[in-house]
Amino acid sequence: MNKKLSPGRRAYTAGMKALMYASTAAIGALVLLLIGYVLYRGIPNITWKFLTMAPSILNDTIGIWPDILNSIYVVIATIIIVLPLGVCAAVYLSEYASNKRLVSIIEYAAETLSGIPSIIYGLVGMLFFCEFLKMQTTLMAGALTLVIMNLPTVMRTTQESLKTVPQSYREGAFGLGAGKWRVIRTVVLPGCVDGVITGCILSVGRILGESAALLFTAGIAHVVNGFFMGLKSSGATLTVALYIYAKERGEFGVAFAIAAILMLLTLIINLSAEAVARSFKNKRRI
Amino acid sequence: MEANEKSILSVKELCLWYGNHQALKNINIDIPKNSITALIGPSGCGKSTFLKTLDRMNDLIPDVKITGSVEYKGEDIFAPGVDVSELRRQIGMVFQKPNPFPMSIYDNIAYGPRTHGIRNRAKLDDIVEKSLRGAAIWDEVKDRLRKNALGLSGGQQQRLCIARALAVEPDVLLMDEPTSALDPISTSKIEELAMQLKEQYTIVIVTHNMQQAVRISDNTAFFLLGELVEYGKTEEMFSQPTDKRTEDYITGRFG
Amino acid sequence: MKQNKKHTAKPIEAIVHGVFLVAGLITVGCVLLITVYLIISGLPAIKEIGLIPFLFGKVWASTAKTTEPSFGILPFILTSVYGTCGAIVLGVPVGFMASVYIAKLAPKKLKAVMQSAVSLLAGIPSVVYGLVGMLVLVPGIRKLFNVPDGASLLAAIVVLAIMILPSIIKVSVTALEAVPKEYEDASLALGATEVETHFKVSVPAARSGIAAAVVLGVGRAIGEAMAVMMVSGNAANMPGLFESVRFLTTAVASEMSYSGGLQRQALFSIALVLFVFIMLINAALNFFLKRDKEA
Repeated sequence: MNKKLSPGRRAYTAGMKALMYASTAAIGALVLLLIGYVLYRGIPNITWKFLTMAPSILNDTIGIWPDILNSIYVVIATIIIVLPLGVCAAVYLSEYASNKRLVSIIEYAAETLSGIPSIIYGLVGMLFFCEFLKMQTTLMAGALTLVIMNLPTVMRTTQESLKTVPQSYREGAFGLGAGKWRVIRTVVLPGCVDGVITGCILSVGRILGESAALLFTAGIAHVVNGFFMGLKSSGATLTVALYIYAKERGEFGVAFAIAAILMLLTLIINLSAEAVARSFKNKRRI
Repeated sequence: MEANEKSILSVKELCLWYGNHQALKNINIDIPKNSITALIGPSGCGKSTFLKTLDRMNDLIPDVKITGSVEYKGEDIFAPGVDVSELRRQIGMVFQKPNPFPMSIYDNIAYGPRTHGIRNRAKLDDIVEKSLRGAAIWDEVKDRLRKNALGLSGGQQQRLCIARALAVEPDVLLMDEPTSALDPISTSKIEELAMQLKEQYTIVIVTHNMQQAVRISDNTAFFLLGELVEYGKTEEMFSQPTDKRTEDYITGRFG
Repeated sequence: MKQNKKHTAKPIEAIVHGVFLVAGLITVGCVLLITVYLIISGLPAIKEIGLIPFLFGKVWASTAKTTEPSFGILPFILTSVYGTCGAIVLGVPVGFMASVYIAKLAPKKLKAVMQSAVSLLAGIPSVVYGLVGMLVLVPGIRKLFNVPDGASLLAAIVVLAIMILPSIIKVSVTALEAVPKEYEDASLALGATEVETHFKVSVPAARSGIAAAVVLGVGRAIGEAMAVMMVSGNAANMPGLFESVRFLTTAVASEMSYSGGLQRQALFSIALVLFVFIMLINAALNFFLKRDKEA
């Protein structure tokens, strides 16, 4: 019994452990370095003026206020459209659909959508919204493209939380003679709030980070507009602006400043998604 | 029962805590070689915990504290130099729910020997056949050794798990309610098997079923709330229990 | 019958049902829209150039003025394939090892921290990867390997390898966590060490899920455009580790803004080829996920 593990087995165990530690440590270090580097290069370039001014060729200054506005507009427009669509589709799948084939077709379609790369969305968005529907290169065309992209996300998170609404709630409500729509409105929908919020947060993250799908649909202008005027005109979001400043104009300071802002936003979005998941989990337990 | 040369496991003053909850209290027990010892008692009385302590399967649970000693063939299994892997090779375990790996029948049996360094094909074939024969399931599976083990019935799966435990040539087999998930016919097959196996192995079996304890065991230990209430020859204990609590339990007043 | 009566009695129920149904069908409509648009706009150029010269032509000179323009996309196809394979070769072992650690061995707190780190990695916009790659990786490769320009296939492979890590890790960890504890107990009870148990029982038991994770990584790598565009140099060369190369995705993105006529149509055809690749990968993914569910 005091016989030790054979050298071969000891080497295997130690070797695998070393590989696991090294891989995990490498990933941890990568994340830290990436955040550190981007913030280090970016934050010194962030000034009040930089955040609140439009770029001016005359003064040779760069400001990202229009890009910030454009990002916000695209987020709002996309979310307003995608949330009801995604939630209704999820409700249909889990509450109404009785035809199994139809359900699997819809679910397969959603899976397919989530696997399509954003450059293809950009291309089809350009062909369909900008050219076929004659919307031109506008933020609205970009937002509609992003609606298709984020539809599967909202659907999936909503569906997942609908699954956790106990069947007995529905039965209880039906037992009281409530119609289907009433049951959905009063029992089912309130039960999937966490899924809707999570889907919303994840979508905002994806919209803020998206560039390839917006480049050809929403354009690259840096003009300050109001919300409705903005949607009807071309404009770069923060991510697109980062690409343009880095790749086409070689303004790396500006690019890093935007990158730092995006990094902070990503951090906030992830933390809030985790917080939402945690708080609802706790609530469910009680 | 006094400790004698024939006892293979000797437990002294064993206490076990999960955090602040004491699950085993001062257990003293000697388990004789080549016998079947049944551990009985109501749910939560500590009999499964005790069984898992014997091959140190509790080690992985965080917050477990153990005092006292368990001697296996005269050596303390908690001594610092002990190799847990080798201990568990010598003291095998069969679980409540049949748990074959999602692999072929052959690979299930060969898993243990391969882990312990046997790579020779002919030798493995040999071990597989011997173990399956030992668990009285060879005839049923010999033509489908390459098929997935999850395709077997529950009773067959459990005998496969026993064969898998035998494949590493243990001395002791710990069985944690091995028949609780099975139908009566499969159960009686496993019981028969256990009685054959005691010729070569020492068996400690946790059971909820008192008839089963009477049918197959030589000695019985009655656990209650983490204590070992009574331990003795099975016939004596079921005919003339010395402790009132044992009598109440085996006559079905609680449990 | 009763159901029908209810419906006629309450038209609102029928209307609501219809609204939900339409919302459900919109996803299907979107997939059809994308497929139809890509086929309609992608086919004309293939017809004009010819399928074989288009797919297997080695020269892409879409804007050639002095000679006849040439539209062969083999360089892009091969670059995408090599780039994806390279990213898988680099990313999968690291992601896999880290997944086993995170799912099975890591202490609770470290596990939570690593999972947040992986989510963060997933959330970072691809242009940020591209930017850091442009300014750190590209000069680094130039100095390290002493090549004239670091913007190359190698730089793209490294960036892609990092970008597919989160998909691989998230899906693998989920699959590994779903392995029943009973399997692991049985292995431990036979005297296997924890590490042996995880690699010889848990990993094989989760293999469909892990395969799905790799396929998902392939999909992400082959579809990535912006980050790759920023680090790969973007010249239509046949792929070589230190060559400046163009992927299927970047071929579409880099010429779209100034293209017209047959060149523009050829870009749509490239997108169609990319779409076919993605559909094949999706089919593989579904195969593995389905098998995982059945197991």
